Amino acid sequence: MSATTAAAMRPPFPAEPGLDVYNKKLGMWVFLASEVMFFAALIGSYIVLRFGAPGDWARPGVVLNIKITAFNTFLLICSSVSMVKAYAAVADGDPAKMRWWLLVTIIGGACFVGIQVFEYTHLIERGFLPSGVRDGSELADMVAKGVLPAATMGLYGSTFFTMTGFHGFHVTCGVVSMLYLFLTKALPGKYTVQDYAGIEVVGLYWHFVDLVWIILFTIVYLV
Amino acid sequence: MTTAAATTHGTHAHHDDRGFVKKYIFSTDHKVIGIQFLFLSLFFLLVGGVLAMQIRWQLAFPGQPMPLGNLLPASMAVNGVILPEYYIQLVTMHGTFMVFFAIMLLLVGVYANFLIPLKLGAHDMAFPRINMASFWSAFVAGILMSATMFVQDGAPRAGWTMYVPLSARHDYSGASTGQELWSLSIIFFGLSSVLGSLNYITTVINNRAPGMTWFRMPLSIWSLFITAILGLLAVPVLAGAAIMLLFEQILGTHFFDTTAGGQALLWQHLFWFFGHPEVYILILPAMGMVSDIVANGSRKPIFGYHSMVFAIVGIGFLGWIVWGHHMFVSGMNPTLGSSFMVTTLLIAVPSAIKVFNWMGTMWRGNIRFHVPMLHAIGFVSMFTIGGLSGIFMAATPVDMYIHDTYFIVAHIHYVLFGGSLFAIFAGIVFWYPKMFGRMLNETAGKIHFWLTFIFYNATFFPMHIIGMAGHMRRIYDPTIYAFLRPYQPINVFISISAFLLFGTQLIFFVNFWWSMFAGKKAPLNPWEDNGLEWTLPSPAPHGNWETPPTVYRGPYEFSSPDVSEDFLPQSRKLPSDREPALTPAH
Repeated sequence: MSATTAAAMRPPFPAEPGLDVYNKKLGMWVFLASEVMFFAALIGSYIVLRFGAPGDWARPGVVLNIKITAFNTFLLICSSVSMVKAYAAVADGDPAKMRWWLLVTIIGGACFVGIQVFEYTHLIERGFLPSGVRDGSELADMVAKGVLPAATMGLYGSTFFTMTGFHGFHVTCGVVSMLYLFLTKALPGKYTVQDYAGIEVVGLYWHFVDLVWIILFTIVYLV
Repeated sequence: MTTAAATTHGTHAHHDDRGFVKKYIFSTDHKVIGIQFLFLSLFFLLVGGVLAMQIRWQLAFPGQPMPLGNLLPASMAVNGVILPEYYIQLVTMHGTFMVFFAIMLLLVGVYANFLIPLKLGAHDMAFPRINMASFWSAFVAGILMSATMFVQDGAPRAGWTMYVPLSARHDYSGASTGQELWSLSIIFFGLSSVLGSLNYITTVINNRAPGMTWFRMPLSIWSLFITAILGLLAVPVLAGAAIMLLFEQILGTHFFDTTAGGQALLWQHLFWFFGHPEVYILILPAMGMVSDIVANGSRKPIFGYHSMVFAIVGIGFLGWIVWGHHMFVSGMNPTLGSSFMVTTLLIAVPSAIKVFNWMGTMWRGNIRFHVPMLHAIGFVSMFTIGGLSGIFMAATPVDMYIHDTYFIVAHIHYVLFGGSLFAIFAGIVFWYPKMFGRMLNETAGKIHFWLTFIFYNATFFPMHIIGMAGHMRRIYDPTIYAFLRPYQPINVFISISAFLLFGTQLIFFVNFWWSMFAGKKAPLNPWEDNGLEWTLPSPAPHGNWETPPTVYRGPYEFSSPDVSEDFLPQSRKLPSDREPALTPAH
């Protein structure tokens, strides 16, 4: 980004030199710092609870379907790539290409949420709940047979649904805001090579949400 | 820009065609939002005070009907006698309202919003609409928290710290909807706090007027900036914890449930990981405002400006690594307790730097004992007492003995009432003319200060004594213990002082409302201060400045030999001043 192209993203009045970052972008970075602390609270609690758990944790892949979520992870990472393509397109002065890539990103994010909803319904059907395992369900049978550890299934459900649920909520917020920007800004052609702050800022958020998911996928599904 | 030029500049009426709703209710103007926060938080200050009066009645006269107690429903009081179930709701909600909705909103909501753009020479906050969202989510949080008082089973009963399992299990506390609303309210409160903080941080970093370098910023802005960083990073942790607690209450999760592998201590760690930075959120802005006012009242530059800044930063940093000192008796590893003890004692260093610098500022100053200055001196002296009693409980062996006694209650009120609230009164009186264009009555202000100061000490100092004697923190009826019965006259003395303290606030209340309509019109610079805000008319128009002011010096150039007056505003250009290097306008 050269100084001239970013001109419209700067405030319209002289100011004491602050950071060489325009306000919206700085605000998003600051906001993401608070998001880091929010997820740190949830993930940190998970780590503490899992290390202190009174027994083994359920083995990976028994309750959760790793394959479908691996695909979902791939989808989210791809949507991050398409977000970068949208940003690069508008910064290069090609808003039409930006619109297509933004649309791809929105669809990718929406599919991620859709697959997560599918995953949740399936898990709940099988008896996996935030409070643990439902009596008389398929998973309750597996607990009875000793395939799943009875002592930690409650913690497993609590931490799984809280962490992935709040991540899903963040993805949904991202999809909604991208859709809003797409309809009100991108389609009417308000993003130009002079001012594409919205794309860059929502992109930062999107990459953050993606990054959190990579951590969550690893520590919740794979280990 | 000279003061005279600012006067003529101020007479330019900004064209303002916003309707009533956009101007005063859903306003994006940081000053209006600050004033909205002021009304909201003063309301909760009053509510918290009313709850405290009921607590004091019960402690002084247990088992006797409270005046007007007959108006309470049978679930709260029988024949005017407060029930134990209601008493625990009183202490819970008094703490919650005062910490979150009175002191925190007064310091951060009011002053960060009102002062940051005005003192930095900015047109508004970096994100005015996010700022408005911050106020309205705080408003929703306030409504939800107030609603807990009126739902079935009554308000939360687990204390303002909401320790599990009492807060998580309805069958333990006897309250269900109230407990859930508390968690929900705190989540909204966290949202409000994060939205506010990111605004303050961005504004301070990027929207300073030309010439307003980092080390020309007033200490009030420095402290609000560091406070915003603390709030930004600490409050989300509380929100995360509140979400887990809410799920524990409504979804039956097991985070804190020791019977299913969860950990009760986890809540305490999460709460105090937020809670200790929170303590500094509640005192740093007060320190900053007091620094401004002490320099103004002493007519001297603040003593040790840079050391003040680094002390703020130091307190802000140390605030993150001391939370375990709230948990010395919780069953936490004692070795860990020792390290928390060391970090906690370290905080005495930057705090003492600040206290000595305030005294150094006043030393041989040409002191003007105006009402804000009186409150500021009250802050310095009371904060010192509160800080010293803090050293007692920072030491693990002492804390083992006084933990959860009235000694702690005395300490927290010395820093939060004697500290923060005196600073808040100082701030309200100091910036009232900027908010409403009129002066508060000086005589009423002085009477209010002295009576508050006397009754405040009469209320809270004896709490140290009964605390040392073992008076428990949330006890319903102290007379059931033989060893506490001899101290009951002290409880009566405390309560009568507290009633008088509460009554004294009526002077402030009347003064506040009367002056708004009938007070003396405020002159341009009533306190002869150097801050940029006093170059604007009072109340300042929407958008503050038509052209941003230029800053030539720091904010504390009082009694400068360069000018005949004893103050030298930051934006006044002397022949020797050079223009600052600018980021050009686009």
